Amino acid sequence: MKVALVGNPNSGKTSIFNHLTGLNQKVGNYPGITVDKKFGPLVGQKDVQILDLPGTYSIYPKSQDEEIVTQVLGDKKHEDHPDLVIMVVDITNLERNLLLYSQIHDLGLPTIIALNMMDLAERKGVNVNISKLNELFQTQGTIPLNARKGTHIDQLKEAISNFKPVESKHSPIVEGEFIDGKVNANSGEQDVWAEKRYTRIRQMLKFCLEKTDEKTSKTLRFDKLITHPILGYAFFLALLFIIFQAIYAWSEWPMDLIDSVFINLSQWTKSNLPEGVLTNLIAEGIIPGLGGVVIFIPQITLLFAFIFIMEESGYMARVVFIMDRFMRPFGLNGRSVVPLMSGVACAIPAIMATRTIDHWKERLITIMVTPLMSCSARLPVYTLLIAVVVPDTSIGFFNLKGIVLMGMYLIGILAAFLASIVFRFIIKSRQMSFLIMELPSYKIPRWNNLTFTLIEKVKVFVWEAGKVIMAISIVLWVMASYGPSDRMEKAVSQIPKPQTEEEVEQYESQVASANLANSYIGIIGHGIEPVIRPLGYNWQIGIALITSFAAREVFVGSMATIYSVGEDFEEDVSLINRMKSEINPTTGSPVYTLASGLSLMIFYAFAMQCMSTLAIVLRETKSWKWPLIQLLYMSGLAYFSALFVYQIMQP
Amino acid sequence: MTLDQLPVNQPAKIQRLAKTGLTSKLVEMGLYPGKDIKVIFKAPLGDPLAIDVDGYTLSLRKSEASQIEID
Repeated sequence: MKVALVGNPNSGKTSIFNHLTGLNQKVGNYPGITVDKKFGPLVGQKDVQILDLPGTYSIYPKSQDEEIVTQVLGDKKHEDHPDLVIMVVDITNLERNLLLYSQIHDLGLPTIIALNMMDLAERKGVNVNISKLNELFQTQGTIPLNARKGTHIDQLKEAISNFKPVESKHSPIVEGEFIDGKVNANSGEQDVWAEKRYTRIRQMLKFCLEKTDEKTSKTLRFDKLITHPILGYAFFLALLFIIFQAIYAWSEWPMDLIDSVFINLSQWTKSNLPEGVLTNLIAEGIIPGLGGVVIFIPQITLLFAFIFIMEESGYMARVVFIMDRFMRPFGLNGRSVVPLMSGVACAIPAIMATRTIDHWKERLITIMVTPLMSCSARLPVYTLLIAVVVPDTSIGFFNLKGIVLMGMYLIGILAAFLASIVFRFIIKSRQMSFLIMELPSYKIPRWNNLTFTLIEKVKVFVWEAGKVIMAISIVLWVMASYGPSDRMEKAVSQIPKPQTEEEVEQYESQVASANLANSYIGIIGHGIEPVIRPLGYNWQIGIALITSFAAREVFVGSMATIYSVGEDFEEDVSLINRMKSEINPTTGSPVYTLASGLSLMIFYAFAMQCMSTLAIVLRETKSWKWPLIQLLYMSGLAYFSALFVYQIMQP
Repeated sequence: MTLDQLPVNQPAKIQRLAKTGLTSKLVEMGLYPGKDIKVIFKAPLGDPLAIDVDGYTLSLRKSEASQIEID
């Protein structure tokens, strides 16, 4: 039997879905659109499939998510068309919730009402005569329950398993709007029908609803504080700071741990498996690739924990409320603020977080511009280059190096907002932008639901983005480890063999450098030199640009390998000194000057040097179109900005 | 008068909705002629605004509120 779970947003639908399916829920796709399909069997009953449809106020869709509800419920031939609907109704907003119920009923779908928030109803003095409600609204039963506490969920489960489809006399609540389970083509305007429905619902509710209208002034007082022109923004800023701190700093030790586990695993594999190509592939290609996927889990978990708390508590709607006016001119949404700011730590969880933006165009713009925010992977690139090219002088109280670093972050933010204005005019959308939304009452988040959310997010990232990240990292590994014919062997054989113990280390780093320079990546690095010379770069930088497509911070390691020095430039200045002394053989002047260094920093600020971001954009937009556009526009922006900077800075 | 001009905390009744692409959305959210509403607070810069309908709170942009005629 197929059961669909339907309800208004904030009605407690997700809690009920979690109760009904437990940990067996899955995330799948509806063909052709980006909306995730959440489903799972009823606990203990494999033959009952529960489908969690997106929250909606009416059968007439206003967003992509809502369109799915219409398609599934309004088309008997749809593969997910249910035999039974569970309509989650918030008892404190009975009239508005019953609008959707009445539409579903009139489509001819047998419906059980899950009457949620009984606890709030008692506090608000709402009393419902259930048998009268069942009779007047012709339900298949009404189960009063409390989804947050899980009370009376068993009764709902029982009602679902006992349900038998019967051909009962089914008279519509409002006649004429739907015919044969479909919208009547000549039925006229939706708002007129909705008004008719409300009139009818109000008439019937008179017989089954008692309300002693007790206003909760507590919520109002809290709202005034949260949306206060000073306190409201101060609170939001503080919260953003904590979120940023969490994904930037708190995730550091689990990430270091994951890193060292995978390094050890790779070394263990190398020393324990028989030497050969396959071992190399596993130890240097697959294991580090896997590590490159797993490494993002701490940041994803932390960001989604915060977003979960913001959404569940009701605070997110207030953020949208106070930020809407400022984000609107950029074609963005109040909900874009959290993803954008999280992008300063890492674009991966940030882009996954854009799912909370219902409006497709606003969501897409946020996805397209978030990688322009300077993420934490750019920091090692910036600090290395600043150490090499920016003089150690002060302007007033401020150190010039510090000013340049701050400037890089500001440039990222500025670029993101300017790019959104451009995308605002490019991306076409039929969907109207509006802010007619509910500010739900404040609630304490249910930690149970948090577990479900985090498991879902991590699963989606590892399985769907992970595939692409693995594939690209293996390709990059092959290109960096192999070269045409015997080029690499020849280059290595020309390095003088070590004579003493002390020379062994030096010899090994020279071999690594020769290998990289003569690998396929090395050859491409040489090959693109004419293209990047106008930016002030040489072929060594060309190689680092290509290797760091895996992740930006790889730039530092590649520079160290190419110049045969250690990569820990904060402890050991040899990489910085080596780069400072690099001379351009044709002009005789230094390669790393203020002009070329700034040009390179600007390049890293704008270029899409992150395969993991592309993989997650592919997963979130479900098409190759958007990640490719993103790759192209960011590369173009990076190239021409770097060109501009180098050409005007060059003495 | 339209809703965007209504002072905070002054009760009013919806008279008519302008016919636009958003009319059905407004009605679905419970804003239809005859409803008692009240602006309860506004965002900084006065836009958007929060209104009380039947005990729940809705947010509306100023431009959306201007489509709602009240008395």
